[in-house]
Amino acid sequence: MSHYYFLPHQRIDDMLDALKSDGYNCVAPRHHDGAINYDTLNKASELPWGFHDEQAPGHYAVKKTDHQHAFGFVLPTTSVKPMLFKAKENVWKVARNEAGKLAFEPIVEFDKIAVFGVRPCDLRGIEIQDRVFMGNSYNDVRYVKRRENQFLIAMNCTKSHSNCFCTALGDSPQADKGFDLAMTELDGEGFVVEIGSEKGRKLIDQLNLVASSGGQAQKALARIEYAADGQRKTLPPIKEVEAKLMANLEHPQWDDVASRCLSCGSCTQVCPTCFCHTERDEPNVLGTETNHTREWDSCFSIDHSYTHGDTYRAEPKYRYRQWLTHKFSTWREQFRTKGCVGCGRCVTWCPVKIDVVDEINAICK
Amino acid sequence: MLYTNDAYTPYEAEVVEFIKEHHDIFTIRVKFTDPEMDKKYVFRPGQFNMIYLYGVGEVAISIVNDRNHQAGRFEHTIQVVGRITKGMMKLQTGDKIGIRGPFGTAWPMEEAKGKDVIIVTGGLGNAPLVAATEEVLKNREQYGKLRVLHGIRSSDLLIYDEMYTRWNNSPETQVLMATSNADPVDNGKWTWGKGFVTNFIPELGVDYANSIVMTVGPEPMMIGVAKAFIAAGVKPENVYVSIERSMKCAIGHCGHCQLGAQFVCKDGAVYPYPACEELLKVKGL
Repeated sequence: MSHYYFLPHQRIDDMLDALKSDGYNCVAPRHHDGAINYDTLNKASELPWGFHDEQAPGHYAVKKTDHQHAFGFVLPTTSVKPMLFKAKENVWKVARNEAGKLAFEPIVEFDKIAVFGVRPCDLRGIEIQDRVFMGNSYNDVRYVKRRENQFLIAMNCTKSHSNCFCTALGDSPQADKGFDLAMTELDGEGFVVEIGSEKGRKLIDQLNLVASSGGQAQKALARIEYAADGQRKTLPPIKEVEAKLMANLEHPQWDDVASRCLSCGSCTQVCPTCFCHTERDEPNVLGTETNHTREWDSCFSIDHSYTHGDTYRAEPKYRYRQWLTHKFSTWREQFRTKGCVGCGRCVTWCPVKIDVVDEINAICK
Repeated sequence: MLYTNDAYTPYEAEVVEFIKEHHDIFTIRVKFTDPEMDKKYVFRPGQFNMIYLYGVGEVAISIVNDRNHQAGRFEHTIQVVGRITKGMMKLQTGDKIGIRGPFGTAWPMEEAKGKDVIIVTGGLGNAPLVAATEEVLKNREQYGKLRVLHGIRSSDLLIYDEMYTRWNNSPETQVLMATSNADPVDNGKWTWGKGFVTNFIPELGVDYANSIVMTVGPEPMMIGVAKAFIAAGVKPENVYVSIERSMKCAIGHCGHCQLGAQFVCKDGAVYPYPACEELLKVKGL
């Protein structure tokens, strides 16, 4: 018996209803104002049917076509990261009474969220961030709760955009682990579905899905291969990149890229693995209570390395070098994995079209 | 500290004494308000706490031994550098603050047993090594000779005067003080010299091959100290430094304290010198 099932387009709503009745808030890529981004999904008709996205260095555009697919675009503008590690949130609050006594209280908010359509690169991004916030010396209880209450439906790629480079990192546009269900879309038909967890199996049983035909499964694999073949970027083997970057900390290319980089931090804001954040207090006007917030920070901000009156990375080249060497080298020692998934967002959203792959190749050649 | 709940949220603590050390340096003696926390809280010399000032924010500050040797009390010596430390200067006895900790690695008190111990500090680098010095004196017979070297810009900037006097009068212990910018004012309590602390190397009377060096100060100073003592015969792996970097979370999540692959907050701040020697050489890392 095949371990692939088939979900016709017409039955997406049944799946959403089953997830909703299980208490999940369903979230999927949706088209709004010229961009495809994650948002609440009430019904299948809200999916970005027929939309394509164009991504190139410093370029992003979406176009409506008459194709019969919901996932004809390649990648939402942001990853799943903001659902787990929020761009800004209150992590604790403290009340102060008239006697000055302080009452601290952790703030741990989470929802049951089912994500319908996670690209394999973003799935790997979650796995990488897990190692920061859960598999580390200290857990973040907020992140752990959100992960425990997440249902992940991976959507294998059937197309790559021109900034994609997961294959250059040795990965593939097919989800290999970390999902409850993994699907591959067949235009005008529906999805070939693979089960990745007990939770996923329960849902498939509940929906009474039939096994996909051998032809459907074969077509799905061919479409994933087409996506992989569509990637043009190459890198040396990742272990070689990791060693060469740290061996070339004074390479002239750092000056070269710094002359173009604006230190704006866009790359870090769209990255599915960047975890840097800052914390600050937001007191109320009465002085009786303060919220302590955690907010995304960027190693490109000048304050990032400010210590005891000194800024260690005052020059942009040191900040770019920190970002690149962290992602493509020191991450391995810290978390026993690489820090990049090859989604290409940092290239798409760079206002001056810096392509991280080009920079690595210039240093490692 | 046992974080069964959330490593981000501080615990309430009370300032039991505010000691003004200098015009911009002060010490707060602290205890937790929850007696259970007081019992649970144990730190090792070299570790640090995140100290929270209501409505302002948190800073990472090393833990100084309690000078009154009272269980459940510890001290933090703080210099006014930025917004948060400026606010902390206004703290008074009885004020409530928040504490998370202790965090980070500790001085090698076990490895130091049976060796001569050389404590070398500069500026306010003496605060993170008070607890280690007290640990040696508390278990005096387990350690060899103790030498405490401290460098400051001028003698009027000195803090911990009484503590240095007590240390200098302890068995097999000598305090040596150097000033770099002005002539020392000899107070008759201990040795004073002009220049760098490393100038004392020929006169310490210790067995360098069996010595351990613990140093805190500005990075160029620590590097200079490490090199000089290694040249004098101390084994490189017996030289320990404590590195300072920006810290927002102290638990390896915020990314600010990275130095190469190191998260200084949890992999440090105390390092054997060979483990960070190459990293400290790279500008802007």
